[in-house]
Amino acid sequence: MKAFVKQSGIVAPMDRANIDTDMIIPKQFLKSIKRSGFGPNLFDELRYLDEGQPDADNSGRPLNQDFVLNQPRYQGASILLTRENFGCGSSREHAPWALEDFGFQVIIASSYADIFFNNSFKNGLLPIVLDETIIDGLFAEVTATEGYELTVDLENQNIVKPNGDLIPFEVDAFRKHCLMNGLDDIGLTLQDADDITAYEVKRKASSPWLF
Amino acid sequence: MTAKTLYDKLWDSHLVKQRDDGTALIYIDRQLLHEVTSPQAFEGLRIAGRKPWKLSANLATPDHNVPTTKTERTIGIQGIQDPVSKIQVQTLDDNCNEFGITQFDMMDKRQGIVHVVGPEQGATLPGMTVVCGDSHTATHGAFAALAHGIGTSEVEHVMATQCLIQRKMKNLLIRVDGELGEGITGKDVVLHVIGVIGTAGGNGCAMEFGGSAIRSMSMEGRMTMCNMAIEAGARVGMVAFDQITADYVKGRDFAPKGDHWEMALEQWADLVSDEDAVFDKVVEIKAEDIKPQVTWGTSPEMVTTVDGFVPRLGDAKDEVERSGFERAYKYMGLEPGQAITDINLDRVFIGSCTNSRIEDLRAAAAVAKGNKVANSVIQALVVPGSGLVKEQAEKEGLDKIFVEAGFEWREPGCSMCLAMNADKLGAGEHCASTSNRNFEGRQGYGGRTHLVSPAMAAAAAIAGHFVDVRQFELVK
Repeated sequence: MKAFVKQSGIVAPMDRANIDTDMIIPKQFLKSIKRSGFGPNLFDELRYLDEGQPDADNSGRPLNQDFVLNQPRYQGASILLTRENFGCGSSREHAPWALEDFGFQVIIASSYADIFFNNSFKNGLLPIVLDETIIDGLFAEVTATEGYELTVDLENQNIVKPNGDLIPFEVDAFRKHCLMNGLDDIGLTLQDADDITAYEVKRKASSPWLF
Repeated sequence: MTAKTLYDKLWDSHLVKQRDDGTALIYIDRQLLHEVTSPQAFEGLRIAGRKPWKLSANLATPDHNVPTTKTERTIGIQGIQDPVSKIQVQTLDDNCNEFGITQFDMMDKRQGIVHVVGPEQGATLPGMTVVCGDSHTATHGAFAALAHGIGTSEVEHVMATQCLIQRKMKNLLIRVDGELGEGITGKDVVLHVIGVIGTAGGNGCAMEFGGSAIRSMSMEGRMTMCNMAIEAGARVGMVAFDQITADYVKGRDFAPKGDHWEMALEQWADLVSDEDAVFDKVVEIKAEDIKPQVTWGTSPEMVTTVDGFVPRLGDAKDEVERSGFERAYKYMGLEPGQAITDINLDRVFIGSCTNSRIEDLRAAAAVAKGNKVANSVIQALVVPGSGLVKEQAEKEGLDKIFVEAGFEWREPGCSMCLAMNADKLGAGEHCASTSNRNFEGRQGYGGRTHLVSPAMAAAAAIAGHFVDVRQFELVK
């Protein structure tokens, strides 16, 4: 996993609550057995005017010009600003894979679905939770200012606005540590292999039918 | 001793290690695997040179991609027409063979939807922790198990370590007291709950369903309810252990036998929330208030009763919901204020991990019996949840009832719930579906899903539009 310390980038606004993972990456693309290559099909049904197919060339497909990510001012965006309960529905990790493959490194919303939230950290994608009122303010500023950029400083846990104002945010210490160091948490868990084995011995004695 | 909730007890009994940073290592007893979310996890193991920690904890079956027509199901994987689907199912097969994981493959009559297969085999047991790379893993909580969906990185983590890194969730109790009306099922109850608390209402929570209506509900009804806990935002849905649980589990292939059975029963009796346990939040629902439910929009919380109407903009609680309503009217092709019974159906789908068990098929067949699917309905599918459900239904003659009524009787799989195989909606088509998600495009590009119970879906197939199943004449 790539380490995340500090990122600056253009903010793309998706003013919509309850964006589900079916919307983020539709099911036909889940047939892939790889972890990469989902970016061209991120938000496929919103982004294109026709139905996408797995393993197809997307370059000639008709674009929905109204969709935010197709607008010239948001090209190259790496921060997605959105609304409550982002990533609800299916547990597909293809959702953060697609967001990350497209170029997003940060999501800002007032809340997330639990599984999506968890999956994001495993893939170097930082989901930031902010109050709805701050989100409202950001939406207003992003839409009013072409080329609006934010800097996300994970180490100091704040977002730096173009005028220098800081928006602090919370992040779980363990997740922050893994993200900042690009750590694989299987390796970390295996450091506790003796504890796992000891637990199994105990459990086998109390619930032998499980072994 | 402090009073504990069921979730507290399951958490405590699986705690391997509490870490200083607030995270915990939780032991996983059972991992179910399917073809869509496992290939990258197996690949990760291979790259790192790791082996599964405990082989026997894993059980696999292909479900999402498998075709459901007889012609495509006679020769196994080679019969799958879609080449991309074929590769994915073949990959699961190859991975299970390489790592030595038990798989019910396409030709095995125990194959089916993971969340139907686990309980049916007794591979899901009370007191277990159960995970699967699938959000509907919450289903297994119906057995007083701690079960939730995980992402592919975690699938790999569980295979390699038999543990998950977790933070404890909050305790949420949904108490449904009273007696459910005739024709009201677990599906109606859970849709009603989602309507009350919203799709984010359970975020961050383990959701226990309790109360007298749940205590008298069958295991299948409880599974339907826990299955959809995730549609209310809760990764975990749970029901306490009781005699109904024990009766369902007893004698199943993977269930304990002999002395172990007696030992297990004694242990499982404690899998209930203590009387004075404190929940972070309690939602009380009166069973008598629940009518047959139908979703009208593109989120499970956009739900109303069969005698209700598509809400008007004025009913929205805020600006964000208002714009959600506007998008949903457009996508669903519905007018504000339109009666639910005026929605015409193009297709009907009876199946999915929510409602494809024998009791669901019996309820639908009771409505279908002696009737005919309306001419205006292009297709009405019945897809059993597993090969064993299919076998049982055929033994009871349910397949004949469906076929005579004009339904198609299919082979087991996820099918039109998420349309990864050939079963899908056309753009603009309305479908009465017993599945769990009415998201845009979920059942096919441009497709319009209405979530209902199996009996409601069968009644809608016959009438060609939604009807109140309670007023539908049942042929007894």
